[in-house]
Amino acid sequence: MSGRPVKPLKIRSARRVSRKADACCAPAADAPPCCGPSVQAKSPPLDERVPGFLRWRETAAGRVAEIATSLTFADRAGAWKARWGIGRMTYIVPAGLYVVGEPDRDAPVVVTANYKMSYDLVRQALAGRDVWLLVLETYGVNVWCAAGKGTFGTGELVRRIEKTRLAELVAHRRLVLPLLGAAGVRAVEVRERTGFDVRFATVRCADLPQYLDNDMTATAEMRRLTFTTRERLVLIPVELVSAAKVMVPVALLLGLIGGLSGGWHLATVLLPAVACTGAVIAGTSAVPLLLPWLPTRSFAVKGAFCGLLWAALLRLAVGGTWSLPGTLLSFLALPAIAAYHGLNFTGSTPYTSRSGVKKEMRYALPVAAGALAVGIAGWLAGTVFAG
Amino acid sequence: MEGFAYLKNVATLALDRGTCVGCGRCAEVCPHQVFEVADRKAAIVDLDACMECGACALNCPVRALRVEAGVGCASGMINEWLASVGLRKKGAGGCC
Repeated sequence: MSGRPVKPLKIRSARRVSRKADACCAPAADAPPCCGPSVQAKSPPLDERVPGFLRWRETAAGRVAEIATSLTFADRAGAWKARWGIGRMTYIVPAGLYVVGEPDRDAPVVVTANYKMSYDLVRQALAGRDVWLLVLETYGVNVWCAAGKGTFGTGELVRRIEKTRLAELVAHRRLVLPLLGAAGVRAVEVRERTGFDVRFATVRCADLPQYLDNDMTATAEMRRLTFTTRERLVLIPVELVSAAKVMVPVALLLGLIGGLSGGWHLATVLLPAVACTGAVIAGTSAVPLLLPWLPTRSFAVKGAFCGLLWAALLRLAVGGTWSLPGTLLSFLALPAIAAYHGLNFTGSTPYTSRSGVKKEMRYALPVAAGALAVGIAGWLAGTVFAG
Repeated sequence: MEGFAYLKNVATLALDRGTCVGCGRCAEVCPHQVFEVADRKAAIVDLDACMECGACALNCPVRALRVEAGVGCASGMINEWLASVGLRKKGAGGCC
């Protein structure tokens, strides 16, 4: 059901509903998302090449693909690559109706997104069962984020029910949706338009078997979002990769400036680049990892705290000969960089609100920008112009 | 959420108790247990846990809930702001 097992599951979120006009993904309901793939990654046609394809099955509403519930090495390698941001934007399966096992007219209908990781997690959870699996066109985006954008939404669900002629295949009128899909699907409207009753089931796919066995009732635990260490850890690679796009050129530039002005020594070339890279890692890795134990509720402060620790560590390790201004500047700029990245991690957590992020940004961004500007200006003055 | 809490008193979630029919949909769809239903009326019992996803407002059959749902991520909001001051093309930006 839900996309990634994590932030539910993960990722940047945009959520729709009574959205403000200026809200990120405000466009017409059911429009493709503005983020995610820049080239429209609409899903390919449903044929024998779908992941896990076993055979075609003839049904009252035409043939549907039966799929396997075990993942292959390629599936696992693909998930690993997506975690590292490789090919993540085209990690997509065709939207449409699939079957697991041999579902009859009373078999449950499970609904998910066409992000391949969501699809893989759900079919894995359905091992040994007979289930209809309805995959919505979310343009390769996981359930949580797609619900926010409205693509995992009422309109797409209604359209997909009609297109697959689901009503002719099942005698009942129940759909099992991931709980986190509720931000995009208005259940009362789905019932009015199609007659199908939406059941928002569980947060995690792993709880789906128990939910189905338990007469479609969820325990309180199944409906509760979590953010465990493991769930936070899997988010770090993609945070690092996206930060590296800016970090690597900046580190090279710092090394170049340091070398040109102070001579080509380790201390002049490498140190500024390492200092800056470390601050980025503090914000993108230490913040997620240590999240529950870092001080205050503010992500900017949590980030700044990690940046300060990094500056102190650096000072202890190699800063013996630093001038007082140099030390002060590193204690300004490095926390600022880490604070920005810490703040940025709000987009990957399952508990930060838009209003909260807005409030934090209003005070944290000017302070961080100021500290960074003073730090850079001081460093330039100390290297380029002093030399 | 156990072990985690975001800023206090910022969530824009509001419930009109007069309109509420006590169906319990809000409590069902909220992954942060913000609501409790008693005596055929919902109540907001943990406002600070609200992440403004909008699931409750969208699914409330009588529209008794209001929340400014939207992107809770900093880079998306910076892009929005850049677009609003004309530093970034509207169609291209405004998103996470």
